[in-house]
Amino acid sequence: MSTYPGSYWYTKEHEWVKVEGEIGIVGITFHAQKELGDIVYVEMVKPGSRVEMGKRLGELQSVKAVSDVYSPVSGEVIEVNPVPSDAPEVLNQDPHGAGWLAKIRMSAPEEIAALMTAADYQAYLGEET
Amino acid sequence: MGQAFSLSATRVAMVKALAGQETSLRYLPKSDSERQQMLEACGVSSPDDLFAHLPAEVRLARPLGLEPGKSEYEVLEYFRARGAENGCGYASFLGAGAYYHYRPVLVDAVASRGEFLTSYTPYQAEISQGTLTAIFEFQTMLCQLTGMDVANASMYDGSTAVPEAALMAARITGRTGVVAARALHPEYRAVLATYSRNRALAVEEFGYASDTGRLDLDELERKVTDQTAAVIIQSPNFFGVIEDVPAAAEIAHGRGALLIDVFTEAVSLGLLAPPTEADIVAGELQSFAVAPNYGGPYAGALATKERYMRQLPGRLAGKTRDARGNRAFCLTLAAREQHIRREKATSNICTNQALIALMATVFMTVYGKRGLRELAEQNLAKAHYLAARLPRRFSGPFFNEFVVQTGRRCPEAVNQALLERKIIGGLPLGRFYPELANSMLLAVTEMSRREVMDAVAEVLRNE
Amino acid sequence: MSDGIRKARTHVSQDEPLLFELSSPGKKAYQLPALDVPAVDPAAVLGAGNVRAEIAGFPEVSEVEIVRHFTRLATWNYAIDLGMYPLGSCTMKYNPRLNELAASVEGLASAHPYQPEALAQGALEIMAQLEAALAEITGLDAVTLQPAAGAHGELTGILLIRAYLEARGNPRRKILIPDSAHGTNPATAATAGYAVETIRSNERGMIDLDNLPRILDDGVAALMLTNPNTLGVFEENICRIAEVLHARGALLYLDGANMNALVGISRPGDTGVDVMHLNLHKTFSTPHGGGGPGSGPVAVKKHLEPFLPVPRLKRAGAAWTFDYDRPQSIGRVRAFYGNFAVLVRALAYILACGAEGLRSATLDAVLNANYIRQALLPYYELPHQAPTMHECVFSDARQARRGVRTGDIAKRLIDYGFHPYTVSFPLIVSGAMMIEPTETESKRELDLFIDALISIAREVEENPELVLKAPHNTRTARVDEVTAARKPVLRWRPPAG
Repeated sequence: MSTYPGSYWYTKEHEWVKVEGEIGIVGITFHAQKELGDIVYVEMVKPGSRVEMGKRLGELQSVKAVSDVYSPVSGEVIEVNPVPSDAPEVLNQDPHGAGWLAKIRMSAPEEIAALMTAADYQAYLGEET
Repeated sequence: MGQAFSLSATRVAMVKALAGQETSLRYLPKSDSERQQMLEACGVSSPDDLFAHLPAEVRLARPLGLEPGKSEYEVLEYFRARGAENGCGYASFLGAGAYYHYRPVLVDAVASRGEFLTSYTPYQAEISQGTLTAIFEFQTMLCQLTGMDVANASMYDGSTAVPEAALMAARITGRTGVVAARALHPEYRAVLATYSRNRALAVEEFGYASDTGRLDLDELERKVTDQTAAVIIQSPNFFGVIEDVPAAAEIAHGRGALLIDVFTEAVSLGLLAPPTEADIVAGELQSFAVAPNYGGPYAGALATKERYMRQLPGRLAGKTRDARGNRAFCLTLAAREQHIRREKATSNICTNQALIALMATVFMTVYGKRGLRELAEQNLAKAHYLAARLPRRFSGPFFNEFVVQTGRRCPEAVNQALLERKIIGGLPLGRFYPELANSMLLAVTEMSRREVMDAVAEVLRNE
Repeated sequence: MSDGIRKARTHVSQDEPLLFELSSPGKKAYQLPALDVPAVDPAAVLGAGNVRAEIAGFPEVSEVEIVRHFTRLATWNYAIDLGMYPLGSCTMKYNPRLNELAASVEGLASAHPYQPEALAQGALEIMAQLEAALAEITGLDAVTLQPAAGAHGELTGILLIRAYLEARGNPRRKILIPDSAHGTNPATAATAGYAVETIRSNERGMIDLDNLPRILDDGVAALMLTNPNTLGVFEENICRIAEVLHARGALLYLDGANMNALVGISRPGDTGVDVMHLNLHKTFSTPHGGGGPGSGPVAVKKHLEPFLPVPRLKRAGAAWTFDYDRPQSIGRVRAFYGNFAVLVRALAYILACGAEGLRSATLDAVLNANYIRQALLPYYELPHQAPTMHECVFSDARQARRGVRTGDIAKRLIDYGFHPYTVSFPLIVSGAMMIEPTETESKRELDLFIDALISIAREVEENPELVLKAPHNTRTARVDEVTAARKPVLRWRPPAG
């Protein structure tokens, strides 16, 4: 059982966002990486791209599957984590920390209100299984 | 439909009774008693019971209107008769995308081994290392020949490799236009048209210089825009003329487009400068693998630079280790492919021409570094011998194919005269290039004999 | 019970290097005849810039080394000639050697596609006979032999649908595909420029006929169906499905991958199918060759005939000729006419089997699958109870409770001398184990297969680690596919320094 950081917000598509002022740091949850298996390749939209809540931010590839990553928030991608392109395994090893995917300057921070807390997300996972 | 396929049920039964045992049973390895045991285990009394759940409306109520099964001898006789109707014993100067080369005996000796012939796609790497190792060697050799960094495990053929390369360029550049040379094989261009029509890929053509037969670089310059994903050329081109690949690359790259270079005569790779300026190389490997076989199956090559690796369609074999730390190979980067991405796949292709690619691998290995060179040089020498004796249409440099004007008589009439000498002449070009209706395309290989070439020259001189 | 013989043995031989590692300068395996014309200097004739340097890294090996290299490689492969492939929807049946001999007949392999037609009548007759036979088998009206593989045939079929609808004023936007479909189906639809709408199978694993009219709108061009479906179950409502589609101006495409359950029993053309592709390398016994070549002919009803790829075969008096005057054709889907040498093999098979033989093959294919189904029922979960045709799909539900999944069971099957079944497909069954024996398996081979799976089920209960770490008895242990994908190495390079 993994701990889901209490300060993060979670989506039904198994992404998380950590809010630091007007920046949202985004990644995938422990559950997501477990479902995907060993991640072999990560492809994100480029810095400078505009993204919308719930729309495609990038994709993750495992040996046997491809999964789209959807952005939990709308805004502009200001930074993409360079570590996963050389070492995609960081997403499996530390999905909530070193395996962050992108930093987004949020255009509508109030969107956070629609996301789940850690407790809600864990309950959601319980329902799913 | 042939008359032979409409036999009444009574007649079928009669013929069966006369023929005795069904010849097809050789492929059904069960005795009647075993069948009985199995039916009992399934809780039914006859095989038809297993189909009882099918609604009546879907059931075929009569036997198939096909002849009864033939014996091995009869089947072979049928095909021998067809082979005899195919004009045996002619010398041929046809090329145009399918070439006559000698096939080293090892090619079939290896490819006919049951473990290669009757094996499946190597998805289970642990029990497919033979196929996977051979594919890895194939991929390597194609890179060495073309100057590219990565090659896939083959496409259906050269003609379908072209649209796959075009779509790949569109994905890479995000652009929607393609500019293709008229000197690219006409049937390849036709396939490109079919594929592009439905994918919002606009195809424009640019011509060739009437004197040299080479690309009209000025026209190319005019046609390439910043919406061009790729320029597609063939070298040697359909007329056999060697193109100025670096010049075409410069024009393409100058506008941010990719260069796709196509080859139809793989033997040319043994002698000609590899198209290292190209971004994608697509081509036909038939020369390395199989006889012309009336058009197929062949194998297409598709190779590219390292940075475009993940956009390459088709199967890829990669090196890795097994759990004991030994070197092993497996299919990899499958996330590009249809069985995972489904509608987002780079292509719908679900095959590589594995057996044909294996044949090509054996051919390339038998000839090797020096042999491929020597083979190509023989092709060059023989082609230039014949060309020197004929009125060439184009002045550009050529490898083993060239276009000849047939003077007063049309090419078809010349070919008639050649047929009387049991020679199949070149391809009359009027069907593909109306402006060249008085010309034919001749291919000469290491198989062409001097005395036959002298006969061709004589007929063409006499017109 | 098994008599203890394992069918796939490890090969006792030294480790075999790559060709490049065997290479050394001066070794050769070829011998060209002397030139009978003067040699030419390539640089002089072509210009130095057009001539390459030597092919760096290309191997130089001797004939004996080549023979040993590829022979050793071959012994590392599983193959139909060694044992059963229970792969669902692959129809890995025996590849008759008679087919090989037929394809090697003089005059067939040497025929050039641009040979004058008067000198190609043998090839054209073969193609015409095969077209007629496939039309009769499928119950459809016209056949093209041009597509090079099943997926290629699928693409051709969807392009035909698009052309037909376009001629009627509206190509429409989307194609309905069941969630049980093979991955090529949605990939093909996308390649043809259509959007894909996935439709859910009902609890019996079939198309939900009641739901179909609700999701069928005027934007739907076609439904792509596999029959029997990937659960090995016959779509009992197929005639009704066709009617519903046709009433809305949409067409029914059949993926013919599972034709091995239907030949001589049911003809798709009689059940409302408008267009379908066949896989000659499945139903018609042509060899897989380690991944190709195949051939994917497409058969159509009359109304789609004008759109077929060009050229078409037609009669010119007593002879055959290619007709290029086909204004409504979708064009070419490849150069030349088709994978001719594969067509020869398929026709050889059809001629050898005949009507009765083809039907008997279907009966045995379905019997074999049912025999396996009833034998494994006590040990593995069967999620769909509908009658099995030529393939059955179990799930790993019981074994998953012990932490063992379908992929692990499949790897352990290798230790018993079998190639795995199809793992994790169709997607609508969690932990799918898709098994298609084909008709060319003997009772003995089937019993060995059943015994192996029963034994593995027992191992899952008593010693799951054995299954989780499988295979144990192969020359190559479990391969690290993760590193292969993370750090792709797709060619040999000479060692540095």
